[in-house]
Amino acid sequence: MSDTTQEPMLAADGRPLKQSLARALRRQKLRALMLIAPLLIFVMVTFIIPILSMLFRSVENEIVSNTLPHTVVALQEWDSSTGEAPDENVFRHLYFDLFKASEAKEHTKLGTRLNYERTGLSSVFRTTGRRLDDMGSDFQDPLEDINENFKEGAFWYEMLSGEGGEELLESRRALWARLTGESMAGDIGFTPSPQMADMLPWATRAYTDFAIWTVIDDQDVVAEEDPWEAVYAGLAQDLQSEQTQTEIAAYDGPGAQALKDAVANLDQLPEVNFKAAFIDAKEDWGTTDLWSTMQVFSSNYTTGYFLNAVDLELTPEGVQAKPENQQIYMQLFMRTLWMALVITGACILLGYPVAWLLANLPMRTANTLMILVLLPFWTSLLVRTSAWKVLLQQQGVINDILVWLGFVGDANRLILMNNATGTIIAMTHILLPFMILPLYSVMKTIPPSYLRAAKSLGATNWTAFWRVYFPQSVPGIGAGSILVFILAIGYYITPEIVGGTSGIFISNRIAYHISSSLNWGLAAALGTILLVVVLVLYWAYDKIVGIDNVKLGG
Amino acid sequence: MSVLNPSIKRPNLFKFTVPMVAAFGAIFGFITGNIYHQPLIGLFAGVIVGALLAMGLDRLAALPRWQKIWGTSAAFAVVGAIFGGVGGIVGGAVVGLSMGWFTTWIGSGRYRAGVPSYYTPGQVLWHNSFLFICAFVFFFLIAPLLPVAWLSFNAEDFFTFTPEMLSFKAEGYSLKHYYDFLGSDEWMVPLKNSLIIAPIATLISVSLGTLAAIGLSQSHVPGRQAIMAVLISPMIVPLIISATGMFFFYAPLGNWLQANLGLNQAFVGYVKVILAHAVLGIPFVIITVTATLVGFDRSLTRAAANMGADPVTTFFRIQMPLILPGVISGGLFAFITSFDEVVVVLFVGSARQQTLPWQMFTGLREQISPTILAAATILVTVSILLLTTVELLRRRSERLRGMSPG
Amino acid sequence: MKLVTKLMTPLAAATAIAALSGAAVADDHMSSDMTIVSWGGAYQDSQIKAYADPYLEMNDGVSITWDESSAEAVAKMRAMNEAGNVTWDLVDVTAASAMRLCDEGLAMEVDHDEILAAAPDGTSASDDFGDLIVSDCFIPQIVYSTTVGYRTDLVPEGTPEPSNICDLFDLATYPGKRSLEKRPINTMEWALLCDGVAKEDVYDVLATEEGQEQALAKLDTIRDEVIWWSAGADTPQLLADGEVFMGSTYNGRLFSAIVEQDQPIGMLWDAQVFDLDGWVIPADLPEERLARVKDFVKFATDTQRLADQAKYISYGPARESSAPLVGKHAELGIEMAPHMPTDPNNAQNTFLYNYEFWADYRDDIDAKFQAWLAQ
Repeated sequence: MSDTTQEPMLAADGRPLKQSLARALRRQKLRALMLIAPLLIFVMVTFIIPILSMLFRSVENEIVSNTLPHTVVALQEWDSSTGEAPDENVFRHLYFDLFKASEAKEHTKLGTRLNYERTGLSSVFRTTGRRLDDMGSDFQDPLEDINENFKEGAFWYEMLSGEGGEELLESRRALWARLTGESMAGDIGFTPSPQMADMLPWATRAYTDFAIWTVIDDQDVVAEEDPWEAVYAGLAQDLQSEQTQTEIAAYDGPGAQALKDAVANLDQLPEVNFKAAFIDAKEDWGTTDLWSTMQVFSSNYTTGYFLNAVDLELTPEGVQAKPENQQIYMQLFMRTLWMALVITGACILLGYPVAWLLANLPMRTANTLMILVLLPFWTSLLVRTSAWKVLLQQQGVINDILVWLGFVGDANRLILMNNATGTIIAMTHILLPFMILPLYSVMKTIPPSYLRAAKSLGATNWTAFWRVYFPQSVPGIGAGSILVFILAIGYYITPEIVGGTSGIFISNRIAYHISSSLNWGLAAALGTILLVVVLVLYWAYDKIVGIDNVKLGG
Repeated sequence: MSVLNPSIKRPNLFKFTVPMVAAFGAIFGFITGNIYHQPLIGLFAGVIVGALLAMGLDRLAALPRWQKIWGTSAAFAVVGAIFGGVGGIVGGAVVGLSMGWFTTWIGSGRYRAGVPSYYTPGQVLWHNSFLFICAFVFFFLIAPLLPVAWLSFNAEDFFTFTPEMLSFKAEGYSLKHYYDFLGSDEWMVPLKNSLIIAPIATLISVSLGTLAAIGLSQSHVPGRQAIMAVLISPMIVPLIISATGMFFFYAPLGNWLQANLGLNQAFVGYVKVILAHAVLGIPFVIITVTATLVGFDRSLTRAAANMGADPVTTFFRIQMPLILPGVISGGLFAFITSFDEVVVVLFVGSARQQTLPWQMFTGLREQISPTILAAATILVTVSILLLTTVELLRRRSERLRGMSPG
Repeated sequence: MKLVTKLMTPLAAATAIAALSGAAVADDHMSSDMTIVSWGGAYQDSQIKAYADPYLEMNDGVSITWDESSAEAVAKMRAMNEAGNVTWDLVDVTAASAMRLCDEGLAMEVDHDEILAAAPDGTSASDDFGDLIVSDCFIPQIVYSTTVGYRTDLVPEGTPEPSNICDLFDLATYPGKRSLEKRPINTMEWALLCDGVAKEDVYDVLATEEGQEQALAKLDTIRDEVIWWSAGADTPQLLADGEVFMGSTYNGRLFSAIVEQDQPIGMLWDAQVFDLDGWVIPADLPEERLARVKDFVKFATDTQRLADQAKYISYGPARESSAPLVGKHAELGIEMAPHMPTDPNNAQNTFLYNYEFWADYRDDIDAKFQAWLAQ
């Protein structure tokens, strides 16, 4: 090798060997990747991305700030420890935010979301949502009495539209888009006047919101529609400000007379007090509990779902354990793992002898017996589960036979299902082929001569098996176990049918939250935890046994 | 096991056969006696019947074995009929069958047939207990299918053994659930859908999966572990999470296909379910095919390349035939995954893609009806027939090729 | 390895069949097809016979695809809406689900007088349905009730058959297993009612921590004897097996088990919990589909059609004007009126599902209920 330092070894085509080898290696790598790429892309796109986006729901919490953008900002300054509900400013923002949300029917979603954290908030939002129009009408009616022009949609349009207000328009449009999750793009046929936005900020903003919604969602023409009650409330709010009053006095644009009339007759308007109005609609608004929950969950991302998933909760005082009578998830996780382990163990115990027998019988007999292993496999999971129900229930076949034979009294029939026993029996049966097939394929490769050699060297049957045969069959056990365990941990239909209350798995709760309570965030958090557990196990398995050793029949 | 003992000695009648059979008879006697709350009397009767049977059949050594067994069974059935009517006949026949089989099995020394002649009695006992354990496991595997088949002939609309069924009266039985299954779109359309979706999904997962597995088996793959984890993931994510997650992906995909490619809604519906099922089947294909490739002798492909075969030829002529078993069993798992999948299709599919498991699921939830059992019985029968046919064909071709069975 | 070839045969056969039937997939009759979502089983059959079949007869070229997904309707509609791919045209849901869908903007608000037919005597639809229009999106069809059935042959000798809801909790007089729904709704109310809480106070009590404890404590007394069901078909099956002595389920299912299947089962009407079931139209349907659905709904909810439905299943028609038209069972020829939950004899002591209360307290009470179950 010493002369290679002077002159590099050359490959057949005259290139240095090292380079040539590196190139070959690179090409080999590339070819391997090319072969993998189609599937990898396929799985990435059709599975990984959808799953990740689903799991992302476990931390996502934008609904609060999307629904109540201004309120959330105003609420930041509030200190929950004062024991007082927030001030009028927060309620004012709440009114206009919530009004929009209720027009788009988003406020009940927020109520549902917050109800997960604090019981009763759902109805607070729903009830209040129905009162928002009335709150605005309280101002609309006197204003229309003061000047009839306020009744006219066209009057409002003329008064508030102008040029140069695109910035305001676009910022309001962006808020709408966040609220509804749609783009809200399109020509509105209305641009707020910057002058009015200065003079009547609340009314102009409310009217702009109204204009966007009217055009984009209802597909009406702004000028022809009568504005929302919130616009009148906004005007009433604006008229309270002395600066606005002075500016109106100096103003002579469209609608000047009506505005001046309104200022002159300000005493005809009811007092502007959103806080009182909200508390009147639902007294919960006056409590600190509601507001502190809102404050705690106002950020765009939350650990709340994950904390819930491990029986903790996020409160203004920090993370706390849930009340004992609401702790269910840790217990369920533990039970799921434990029962999956028991099922795996049962499958090994039952599967090992059968696989050994199949691997050592003549082909012809083995094939015939293999049909028995595969038949249940070809039978629908649902049917097998219902069959176990027929067998295991108290008036079922097994109990009937035992009673008939006189081993069990009619009054003391065995409880074999609607508990963990039922789940374990049925799932062991369902997953047993997943244990037998990998075991069989591994055992098939172990030459029988090893055992005979061991015995001829004087080993007893047991020693020969335990020291020679068993170690070689471990990869099969590993493959079968990991398969059975992973499949078991994610099952939910079988436990649902035969598990009763003490034999259900965490997946049953996930399914419940997905399809019944609609708490998808919590379902995603539970799913993520389960997934992490499985991945850790998978990783450990890969380290200890190596995933290459997994064999599934064949 | 392969070392068969050429000449089996008959064991001593009185030292071995009679006590063994008597003990076996005692068990049956005890159980039967227990039915009439007289276990001890049953026990003694069983001992006596067992001993007599052992001696009796020993006298008839010249008769073929099957005649002895069925004769015993018939005799027991007659006794059963005297005591317990129709149920007694069945019970007697079963007990007689087992007693007859056991007696001849012990009496003729066949119980040593499977073990080398140098085995000690303890080893023989262990060997036979082992076989009994295996038989029990096979029974455990098959047992739940028996009530399924039986109940599918129920004349009532419940999953319940009616007294008429148990006393084998004709009015307790009916074929109406079979008519329901075969004669209604409610079941035939889902069956058709399942038979469309599962094979196509299998085809996709097998072809993509096999390619990727071959790629993964190359010696230098960067990020191999990570890739493997990604490809295995559809198996380990809880199905309900996969189902919702995939729904959100497939719905816009379907919209896009409909809007931009002008495909009709029904077709797009199938595409969505097929893709979803294909992804779920992939881990099984990957695992089985990589496992076969681990033992694959790479010098074979090199030899082929040396002899001038291009990579495609090498793949189809050399590699493919060798890994085919792995590919096929992966495909089998993938097929079953799709054919038996209910959670994902409930979300991703729409009513037009209703599959058989879906129909069973709604059937079980909304209206428990033995039609589901009839469906299952038909599917099981079809698979038994297919599996048996294939096994027979295989044996025939082996015989034709002059190979010894085995 | 030969084994494997054998395994594959069913697969190969299936592929062949698939290839044969593949052509059938391509046909396209979407243009006038409606996807209607319902519950499956006998209930869906009654809808098909009472209004879908007559409607299809009158309207050539229209077809209906039934989807038996009502049990997951809320989840699926939310998902469809988020994904912007609503494939359903009309959905049969319970009133509670309808309110939820309406609140979330997933169902369309309807003007009942505009889209529904008036009664034959000219009463407007909204008056004819009256209070049963519990939500702006909800088009009521039937009144059903959750009640209790029992095995008549398992009643202890010398004891009268159960007649009171509290017999459910009386293990001394009526020993045997019970089946109750695996959720707090209805179960908690019954528990409180039988623990001495007055009917009008039940929800006030249940809203408090102590009230919930009280209900669970009452349930504790029978807990070991309860099998919890989650699918509607469970209790009739459990009763038919004799697996339970008493169990809660829907009155229509008990009717079917008792009258149509002739099982030895009896039923209570005491403290039956009324609930409503009806249609909702998904929000934002395209014009053309909406027009088709409206036409169907107008037909399917008219006075005669709702009365016809009662021929097939023992649920009360939601229209007042349908009640006098309720006739005899289509096959058995018995009068249906006495089997309706709304029949005055049956409705002496009833409960109305409190939608408002459960919308608020469901998550909270459910967590406690599940924790209690898991103990």
